[in-house]
Amino acid sequence: MQEKELETLVAERWRMALTLTGVMLAIYLGFVLLVAYAKELMGRQIVPGLSLGILLGALVIVSAWVLNWIYTRWANTYYDERVRRLLGR
Amino acid sequence: MPTTALGQPNAVSILFFFLFIAITLGITYWAARRTKTTEHFYAAGRSITGFQNGLALAGDYMSAASFLGIAGLVALSGFDGLLYSIGFLVGWPVVMFLIAEPLRNLGKYTFADVVAYRLRQVPVRSAAAISTLTVVALYLIAQMVGAGNLIKLLFGLPYEAAVVLVGVVMILYVLFGGMVATTWVQIVKAVLLLGGALLLALLVLARFGLNPIALFHEAALKYGDQVLAPGKLVANPIDTVSLGLALMLGTAGLPHILMRFYTVPDAKAARTSVTWATLFIGFFYLLTFVIGFGAMVLVGPDPIKAIDKGGNMAAPLLAEALGGTPFLGFIAAVAFATILAVVAGLTLSGAAALSHDLWVNVIRGGHAPEAEQLRVARMATLVLGALAILLGIAFKGQNVAFTVGLAFAIAASGNLPAIVYSVFWRGFTTAGAVAAILVGTLSAVVLIYLSPTIQVDILKHAAPIFPLKNPGIVSIPLGFLAGWLVSLATREREAEEKYLEVERRLHLGGGD
Repeated sequence: MQEKELETLVAERWRMALTLTGVMLAIYLGFVLLVAYAKELMGRQIVPGLSLGILLGALVIVSAWVLNWIYTRWANTYYDERVRRLLGR
Repeated sequence: MPTTALGQPNAVSILFFFLFIAITLGITYWAARRTKTTEHFYAAGRSITGFQNGLALAGDYMSAASFLGIAGLVALSGFDGLLYSIGFLVGWPVVMFLIAEPLRNLGKYTFADVVAYRLRQVPVRSAAAISTLTVVALYLIAQMVGAGNLIKLLFGLPYEAAVVLVGVVMILYVLFGGMVATTWVQIVKAVLLLGGALLLALLVLARFGLNPIALFHEAALKYGDQVLAPGKLVANPIDTVSLGLALMLGTAGLPHILMRFYTVPDAKAARTSVTWATLFIGFFYLLTFVIGFGAMVLVGPDPIKAIDKGGNMAAPLLAEALGGTPFLGFIAAVAFATILAVVAGLTLSGAAALSHDLWVNVIRGGHAPEAEQLRVARMATLVLGALAILLGIAFKGQNVAFTVGLAFAIAASGNLPAIVYSVFWRGFTTAGAVAAILVGTLSAVVLIYLSPTIQVDILKHAAPIFPLKNPGIVSIPLGFLAGWLVSLATREREAEEKYLEVERRLHLGGGD
């Protein structure tokens, strides 16, 4: 088995994992900072009953699903295939 | 006092309660006959599918605090309560991207397996056992005290009797059925909790034309626009960020969650588990938006506070308002199942730290016969079960809400840095691992002790020594920093040489 190929694969995998972790962290911290420092804005109602805070909060949960889906798709199709080839199976 | 059947034993709740106990003990009997080896006891023979493990993870993770606590917080303070719903969920993608697959490929039963893989066993496992047992004990306190109070409120049973009952049933699950029984109890609980919460939310929404926005609008009309906006709970912005960080990063370091990844056959199944777990848990937390505001509008904050100041009875009271005593009985039984499934997972992970990390790998140098390992694991279960009962009774009447936050802070500050470094960094050393775990754990504990939560609320001092209620924003960086600096100061050639092996195993799988 080729060390070089493994190293490339490792680098690619961690780039993917760290990017997605960074995106999740940024989305969530962005939300928390808005809650902490822009209370008035978050309380503003877009339509009566739906404040920006509630909408963004629900979207944070949805974004977690979306990021998971992106990762799983990438790993199940691209990454697993590369591993299989590296193992020569 | 509003009229409610809460606090009196009612036929329906007792029926559901015994039905749940009978079914789960039946599962335990079935599981006990399949629990012959440590691999079964700790890891269910690695035969759980990704979907099943996703449900079990949801059952392991969603505690009574998630269900009753968040519903109550939202019912009493509106939007602020939702911060917990969201914070408890966003850690799951982190588990997915950084933790689940490396853990499955490198470890056997505990997260210390991963950290100690290329380092010296004794110091690393001892440190990891300290942080694991601290997290487990703190989490158990919250669950057992919650169980005692809840069952007293729900069924009218005396506090001590309730704590002993929960402790004994949980010991039966883990002692005889190990991870197989624990997994299925958690799956049954997750299905009950998701089903119960969905039904509750649908009954609420049926009153508002199935439109959650109409419900929120009604809440704002009745109690003012501020219930839809950030309020008192987030008065200090730095504290809010600190809490947010600990909730997010703590999930990825909770020993009872990490242990579940060893129950699936391979890394791909570990991945599938997190996908399902995140879907189930996220869906549940979205339901808490509706249940919380539903309780606010349909029951009202004052009647809820009249029963329990913390608001923990919001969801049961809402169930009673919508479906009468039978539905109250069902939701009460669901809350009980919720606690049992969580304490079983906690006890099992604590037992693994005591027996697999401390006994087998520290005291016996990694060589202990299979039969002895299994015997020690069962003894550890008994010890931890007894400890859980004692802690529950010792902390009766105390405000222990802070212990879950502290457990998350320790998991994020002590366990997570050690796992991340051991997977990503060639230059990580034994001393660095011990430093990360101990500095992270200790700083979280000390800072909580110096915080307003203990100094002002419990010890009644005029001012706290440390201004924040949540230590995460300081203790998490401290854990990472300690691991980094100490590793730089102590090179470990053997660990560096073994890193290639770690990388290969981590990415390509292998071993069991």
